[in-house]
Amino acid sequence: MDFLLFRDGGPPILSMIMLLPLIGAFCLFFVKTEEHQKYLTLGVSILTAVCSLPLYFLFDSNTHKYQFAEHHSWIPSLSVHYTLGIDGISLLLVLMTTFLMPLCVLCSWRYITNRVRTFLFLLLLIETSMLGVFMALDFIFFYIVWEATLIPMFLLIGIWGGDRKIYASIKFFLYTLAGSVLMLVAIIVLYFNTSPHTFSIPLLMGQAYSFSFQLWVFLAFFLAFAIKVPMFPFHTWLPAAHVQAPTAGSVILASVLLKMGTYGFLRFCLPITPDATLAFTPYILWLSIAGILYGGLTALAQNDMKKLIAYSSVGHMGFVTLGIFVLNPMGMEGAILQMINHGITTGALFLCVGMIYERTHTRELALNAGIGKHMPVYVTFLTFFSLSSLAFPGTNSFIGEFMILAGAFTDTKLIAACAIPGAVLAAAYMLRMLQKVIWGGTENPVHNTLSDLNVREIITLTPLLFLVFWIGFGPRPFLNIMHVSVAHLLEQVLGTQMGTSSLTAHVLLP
Amino acid sequence: MNIELLPMFPLSSFFSMGAELVLLTLAILVIMLDLFYRKKHLLPWLVIAGTLCSMLVLLNTSHATVFDKMFIVDGYSIFFKLTCLVGVLFTVLLSESYLKVEQLHQGEYYALLLFSSIGMMLMISGGDLIIIYLGLELMALSIYCLVGLLKHDIRSNEAALKYFLTGAFSSAILLYGISLLYGLTGSTELSTLAQKSLSLNLINNISFLLAIGMVVSAFCFKIAAVPFHMWTPDVYEGAPSSITAFMSVAPKAAAFAVLGRVLLVGFADLHVHWGDLLACIAVLTMGIGNIAAIAQKNIKRMLAYSSIAHAGYALLGILTGNSEGLSASMNYLFIYTFMSMGAFAVLIWLCDDDRRGEQLNDYRGLSKTNPLIAVFMLVFLFSLAGLPPTAGFIAKFYLLFAAVHSGYILPVIAAVVFSVVSAYYYLRVVRYMFFEEPQNETILPMSVGMTTALTLAMIAMITLAIFPSFILNYAQKTIIGG
Repeated sequence: MDFLLFRDGGPPILSMIMLLPLIGAFCLFFVKTEEHQKYLTLGVSILTAVCSLPLYFLFDSNTHKYQFAEHHSWIPSLSVHYTLGIDGISLLLVLMTTFLMPLCVLCSWRYITNRVRTFLFLLLLIETSMLGVFMALDFIFFYIVWEATLIPMFLLIGIWGGDRKIYASIKFFLYTLAGSVLMLVAIIVLYFNTSPHTFSIPLLMGQAYSFSFQLWVFLAFFLAFAIKVPMFPFHTWLPAAHVQAPTAGSVILASVLLKMGTYGFLRFCLPITPDATLAFTPYILWLSIAGILYGGLTALAQNDMKKLIAYSSVGHMGFVTLGIFVLNPMGMEGAILQMINHGITTGALFLCVGMIYERTHTRELALNAGIGKHMPVYVTFLTFFSLSSLAFPGTNSFIGEFMILAGAFTDTKLIAACAIPGAVLAAAYMLRMLQKVIWGGTENPVHNTLSDLNVREIITLTPLLFLVFWIGFGPRPFLNIMHVSVAHLLEQVLGTQMGTSSLTAHVLLP
Repeated sequence: MNIELLPMFPLSSFFSMGAELVLLTLAILVIMLDLFYRKKHLLPWLVIAGTLCSMLVLLNTSHATVFDKMFIVDGYSIFFKLTCLVGVLFTVLLSESYLKVEQLHQGEYYALLLFSSIGMMLMISGGDLIIIYLGLELMALSIYCLVGLLKHDIRSNEAALKYFLTGAFSSAILLYGISLLYGLTGSTELSTLAQKSLSLNLINNISFLLAIGMVVSAFCFKIAAVPFHMWTPDVYEGAPSSITAFMSVAPKAAAFAVLGRVLLVGFADLHVHWGDLLACIAVLTMGIGNIAAIAQKNIKRMLAYSSIAHAGYALLGILTGNSEGLSASMNYLFIYTFMSMGAFAVLIWLCDDDRRGEQLNDYRGLSKTNPLIAVFMLVFLFSLAGLPPTAGFIAKFYLLFAAVHSGYILPVIAAVVFSVVSAYYYLRVVRYMFFEEPQNETILPMSVGMTTALTLAMIAMITLAIFPSFILNYAQKTIIGG
């Protein structure tokens, strides 16, 4: 267990962060009025976010080991443990999850009018399982929390979704479930092919598995994670789920659930089956390119704002997988940063669309045209987030995409060149949306009564805007955390010392 | 003759059958009380008290092999008897209100239920094929009657007749198999059979294999494994709902117990022959059970097919032919008892004068009218689908684990793929409960028995999900011989 760093004394901080929402969820049943339930949920999610802050300050970025570790036996007869720990890759994801949840509660304040308690209960439940995914270091515990996100999300889409909610929720559930069941078989097979038999994720890394064995395991993992990301051509569940889900559901889906897929690549595929990773890399790179171009082109053709952002997600996640599988420090750090960026930016865009939907009850671009005149504050926010989404210099996504492309250029110039049109497409569809919403057709009488953002909505969006510029101008605090972990991961995959080349990131960036 | 026999079976032998004797006394008492006692609504509570009493006796029975190796009390049989008794307990709790809705006579119902459970317990403890056969017949005959108790319902009549005819047929096959085995080895006692099959070198003997095939298919009939499942949907649909719940759990567990004992004690050396055969049966059972369940409009029928599929999963453990697999199957059946009973409890709870809880429409908007029940049903259904973080996942996981350990990768892949298929039809019920608007706003009353049953099932679900090692360890300790 030398890969775990335990903290001497102090509370089990990871368990605390993970279980707080769960406890809060059950407390909801003792609160009578809906108003109080909302405040309780907001309080719990803020408390969780505050509790997760020390993770950042106490985190030691000079080691790749898993920190704040907890290790307890859970099912001794099957050697299943309750092991938690985070490294430079998962820390940011944990923080992003805890910081997005209060915003999800805030954006549902008026949006959700029926069965409020159930809604808040499910939000907190899904927070616990998402945090579990990023913290778990035991494979069975990981699988349980991984699948446990499905049920709350299924209900969130199915109960509070739009017109085609049943189709969307069942498609989401079955599609993602079908992807991940084979992962369970792979996990069990891995267990029996490792000596001593273990479900401990760090122990499964760096084992000498035969090449053909690695191929099968990789494929089983790949299917689960590629569907979750979603990579082209496994993306078809995403637009349906996004469009039908309530705003908070879309935000969670885009910002966190999709990251579980890319996180899975980083945590499992790469270090456990390195040879298979190298063998499949070219195909995955081209799939990423296909995703970038397909997502961009399809987004260009959308008239529904949510669908547009959903397809843009396919493109952006294509950039992330591209960055991961170019297998150099620059690309990979860019990919991890881009995971966070996408969480912030796309989450914010979905929040924006939700706000406009609350007012006009439509997401059609044509029907929302020209609201800039009536809602100047709103469109200011929308502009910044859209610019961030198209990777405008000075915003967070610029840093991420730039690093990914820079990483791609160092190794595979052709692939990188093919990804460039994706960036252009992003500008095209985002500017098209902006143009319509802000200046398109001004004289829609329905819009005369539109009220601009209220204080609650401004509070919801401001932290995200702040992050957009923080990462855009000073990404170093975020990148510093991951250097060592990324270098170690690449060392596991490529089997060489990569620690020094991560310096390039320092040289290139402010 | 009798005088000579007595010393062979000392009185203490009967202590080993304590649990069965308690149930027998109880059954006779119920028949008598039904004749003379007017407060019939107290009968179920008497049966519950008696069953609990029998459980207590069972847990305090010491391990022994009595009556000339015909009756075995070991950890294995105690575990399965406990599972069956839990099934009986739930059935009685559910029947308490259900019998009033259906206006069934109470006396014979409970007496038959008890007789069938005595049959099961005999089967489970049987160390000799003849005792196993007798127990099986006692169980089956009682259940034939129970299935047909709704005398004015044509579906119930059809179900009873169908079940009786096919059941009699399978008994004949079993007997034929036993007689062949006796002819080949001169014994019907399981451990002797195992010795003789080795000493007489019968492992590749065609008629010996034929006999084993017959015995196994008769038990496959009882656990409703494909291709011996044809009777299940009609019988499950026609039987009174509480009996359907009972049949999906207790007789199945008993038949699994026998299958496990016969295969692992009697024919352990022939695993090469029956291992792959059972693997094929398991895959077929999971496949046909799950795929056919999708097409069902009637929930009872859907649960019937789902219970066929679950028999397929449980077979995954037994087919490994080792103690790890067997304990996985035991664990699975134990957890399955609670989730299946929970789901049937909700179905029965929905029975009133105008609905039977069998149509999807009966579940429409349940989360609005009765949120707690809807959540319970959600947990039971997701557990049946084997999705994390429910207890059903732990149960299934252990099965897959054991099967992979023994190298049966393909059946395991089939199992997980079919569990995705099964998620579809369980989700459909969830969808009706949560995503649809209610048709009528009636809030149904809760009887004491129903409340107890639902609470117990839920507590078991939660406990087994969070602390699964407790029952797992118990199952591992009680494997044959332990």
